Amino acid sequence: MHRGKGMKFVGDSRIPSERKPNIPKDYSEYPGKTEAFWPNFLLKEWMVGAVFLIGYLCVTIAHPSPLERVADPTDTGYLPLPDWYFLFLYQLLKYTYASGPYNVIGGFIIPGLAFGGLMLAPFIDRGPKRRPTQRPFATGFMLLSFAAVIYLTWESADAVDWEAKEAMGAIVEEAEIDTNSDGFKIYQENGCINCHGDTLSGGAAAPSLVGTGLKPEEIAEIAKNGRGGMPAGMYKGNEEDLVKLSEFISTLEAK
Amino acid sequence: MLNKIYDWVDERLDITPMWRDIADHEVPEHVNPAHHFSAFVYCFGGLTFFVTVIQILSGMFLTMYYVPDIKNAWESVYYLQNEVAFGVIVRGMHHWGASLVIVMMFLHTLRVFFQGAYKKPRELNWVVGVLIFFVMLGLGFTGYLLPWDMKALFATKVGIEIAASTPLIGHELKVLLAGHPDIIGAQTLTRFFAIHVFFLPAALLALMAGHFIMIRKQGISGPL
Repeated sequence: MHRGKGMKFVGDSRIPSERKPNIPKDYSEYPGKTEAFWPNFLLKEWMVGAVFLIGYLCVTIAHPSPLERVADPTDTGYLPLPDWYFLFLYQLLKYTYASGPYNVIGGFIIPGLAFGGLMLAPFIDRGPKRRPTQRPFATGFMLLSFAAVIYLTWESADAVDWEAKEAMGAIVEEAEIDTNSDGFKIYQENGCINCHGDTLSGGAAAPSLVGTGLKPEEIAEIAKNGRGGMPAGMYKGNEEDLVKLSEFISTLEAK
Repeated sequence: MLNKIYDWVDERLDITPMWRDIADHEVPEHVNPAHHFSAFVYCFGGLTFFVTVIQILSGMFLTMYYVPDIKNAWESVYYLQNEVAFGVIVRGMHHWGASLVIVMMFLHTLRVFFQGAYKKPRELNWVVGVLIFFVMLGLGFTGYLLPWDMKALFATKVGIEIAASTPLIGHELKVLLAGHPDIIGAQTLTRFFAIHVFFLPAALLALMAGHFIMIRKQGISGPL
């Protein structure tokens, strides 16, 4: 490359006017079976990437991403859980000497040491040796941390009742309810409202009555004789009202 | 035609050296799975980058529908998930990609660690890599709130309580994140949105640029 005196530039710019040909270097003389990145190796990477992308798309289609019901800050019964990759940190805060008055230990000292150690690894493990067997301390600490992360994540996930959690967060279907209708008044007078709620969407003690898919006769049957956790004889009115009530409930559909 | 355009630009801007730096370098035998299958462990870093690119692209499309306020956030995600054509796939890719990027980055970290590839002269690149790890965890944490569903709100409450227990600056940190000393609400959502979409991606891109420039300068570490 021409440097210093005698250099010619394009116009008044700092771009040298001498053109360099854009021909890839020849790597055949390099040690081993070296390959050019462009385009040979990139093409292979591209193919691996395509296979990876197909697998990724299959997961996406097989498992649509979850969405729970809209956030309700007043619902104090909800058990929160962070995303899976934070579970090990979350679990740490459940142990006696890492929570409460010792919160600083579980929340900062232990994670701080772990992540600080990770960040400063090249300055702690300074020897020239690279094989894992030649640096037993580095390898040992990493394996130990790895096992701890797996164990803590496992413990955390194992303690969760996933079905109950799913039910807690499930999207509740709501129906347009005419609170002036006869059906709703009967529903109110007979105390159904105490368990099934004023939106008929159920509660802790009773299921939702919206979109049950049941026929009026079946609903009348349940109102009289109960089902599951609902005892018999909850409905105390007359037969005429029962027909109205069961027809009212059977017509409830989600918005 | 393309060559002429290239030459025209090259004459004015001298882009050939840049092109050389980006694309024209050798791939040594020991990192090439075509020669040694066990070299697939060298793919994890590239796959992390690949998933990151997908995260950026899918995220860009998500913001076309997402509304970062507490009245509409959940509704807009619900609409995106159930009504928008392929919305379920775009959101799904962003959701699963968040997990995938953590997995790939974790594997990449383990590969570099057990091979001792962070040793002199590559210490700085390792530090930048660990910073990328933290930024990714931050992206995961802030992204979790955005759908504004039950788990989003309550997991964020827990997270902010942990941040609040930081010694000395706990309270300030909490107010900075939540936007209010007591309420996790409208202000928190817009802050997390801004952090998730602007602050952290900017930091991520800068760190990744540093990561890649250092790899190009130093070359990949030699065989064990």
